[in-house]
Amino acid sequence: MTLLTVERIKLFSTRSPWWCMIIATALTVGLTSIFAATTKSSDLPEFTPSVTQFAFNFGLVVMMVMATLAVTTEYRFSTIRSTFLAVPTRTPALVAKAVVVALLAGIVGEITAVGSWGIARLIQPDAPLTLDTAQEYRNVFGVGLIYLLSAVLALAVGLIVRQSAGAVVIELIYLLLLENLLPAIPRIGDHLQHWLPFAVGNNFIVAGQPETDDGPPAIEGMPFGPWGSLAYYAAVCVGLFVIGLILAKRRDA
Amino acid sequence: MIEAQGLTKRYGRTVAVNDLSFTVQPGKVTGFLGPNGAGKSTTMRMILGLDNPSAGTVRIDGRRYAEMKQPLRQVGALLEAKWVHPNRSARSHLRWMAASNRIPAKRVDEVLEIVGLTGVAGKRAGGFSLGMAQRLGIATALLGDPGVLLFDEPVNGLDPEGILWIRRFMHRLADEGRTVFVSSHLLSEMALTAQELIVIGRGRLIAQTSTRAFIDMASESAVRVRGPEMERLRGVLTGQGLAVRDVPAGDDGPAALLVPNSSTEQIGELAGRVGLVLHELAAQRGSLEQAFIQLTGGEVEYHAGALPGAGNGSPPAGTPAAPAQLTGPPTRGIQAAAADATRGGDAR
Repeated sequence: MTLLTVERIKLFSTRSPWWCMIIATALTVGLTSIFAATTKSSDLPEFTPSVTQFAFNFGLVVMMVMATLAVTTEYRFSTIRSTFLAVPTRTPALVAKAVVVALLAGIVGEITAVGSWGIARLIQPDAPLTLDTAQEYRNVFGVGLIYLLSAVLALAVGLIVRQSAGAVVIELIYLLLLENLLPAIPRIGDHLQHWLPFAVGNNFIVAGQPETDDGPPAIEGMPFGPWGSLAYYAAVCVGLFVIGLILAKRRDA
Repeated sequence: MIEAQGLTKRYGRTVAVNDLSFTVQPGKVTGFLGPNGAGKSTTMRMILGLDNPSAGTVRIDGRRYAEMKQPLRQVGALLEAKWVHPNRSARSHLRWMAASNRIPAKRVDEVLEIVGLTGVAGKRAGGFSLGMAQRLGIATALLGDPGVLLFDEPVNGLDPEGILWIRRFMHRLADEGRTVFVSSHLLSEMALTAQELIVIGRGRLIAQTSTRAFIDMASESAVRVRGPEMERLRGVLTGQGLAVRDVPAGDDGPAALLVPNSSTEQIGELAGRVGLVLHELAAQRGSLEQAFIQLTGGEVEYHAGALPGAGNGSPPAGTPAAPAQLTGPPTRGIQAAAADATRGGDAR
């Protein structure tokens, strides 16, 4: 509990987390409101809760950067050594950091999701935006969970790479390039895609949603249902974090 | 009390610290002396559990650092002043350190007061001068009111006022019965600060002794003598079993003889007994810096230039510049003599 307080003080006594939170929210809610305001009335029946989340990846990337920086700046400025001097067993301090950062990312994720959905309802009150089915609830409220888990993953990458630029570049290249290019490999590409972490994590949000051109795309024939997908994604994120913990414990600070 | 037993650290094929054993007693300031790259910081990091030793153990009051529940209450350390997030205020930095070991928040204001940073506690630490950052580092070390304190090169980059402040401060901490372990590459600084010395070179122990004994051993005196009849003078001196060395003419003056382990009285009387005229008779004492270089000469990791030869008083590029608090008198051409005197005491 004290270590959670410590990590909270650390996170909020610098300015970059605040900026990341503001940018993540402004980016997603802003893009959604532009989208909502420019939707033609003939397209309105297709303006579903899923479509209001079309921009969630942008906010997600920003929060992943925040999570990565939460650990890499500690290495950059050697405060990680002060941290390990205070908590020489190391693991509790890093777990506390993961909990604080992940919770914060989860909360920001929910704010961006509900904010995007809410602003869309305000701008287009006639669109079919009420949340009725479990799938529609997941479409909106599921976003926060993906933010939360992705923050753990980003923190793990930061812990393994220990260098801000390197870690962020690895994450962006993987998330924005590799996950989109690997499925293009002939024959095995499609099969591969079904096991890519972000594709599976995304499946938790979009599984079972009606066909749409605008929201986050649903992939056909995923191996898991929504909650199975979430569990798989969580396993990947936590697994990577455990590797980061082991490395942090074994390496010289 | 700090006890190191066979402490060794290897980075690939490089051995940074080699089978180092020593003890640091409470109630005294113990200096940890060695040239740059000798392994002082690595040793300190191993004491604090930041680096894992390749072999050996180090215990503080009988326990490894990693075994301590709230280590900041037992051990305070200033390894580097800049281990602070530049955009975080001094108070925030101390606040999270304190919280991590359940140290009450009011202690933060106390240590800020002790080091005199109360006025700038809310300012971002990135804007601090080196002296202020060093004070913040000391505040961090004092946070848990620990019985054992480690400082790595605390006076580096400080102005004379700051150096004096830190020196007095360490004496006070030792007088309060704490264990104070402070590293430096400046023997002259250690001569004023430390009562005990642990000297290392290339990761090996060279000496653990009191500062006074080390300085007496390190800076042995020699006598410079010159006269019109040099060959006769030499014969008289060697006839008495004294070692004599030629000093060629140079910046220091005309050619002369250098007699280590002797006194001006002894040589003056010898010369007088046989009626020899002397033009010069002077006692010479090596500066602490030069003695230190001689002691650790073979143990320096990075040479920037050749060491000076006998009789050449101009310091080479590789010699560290003498700081303002030089304690030894100026010296001329004693290097070779000191080297001979101390080579036998080398750790190898």
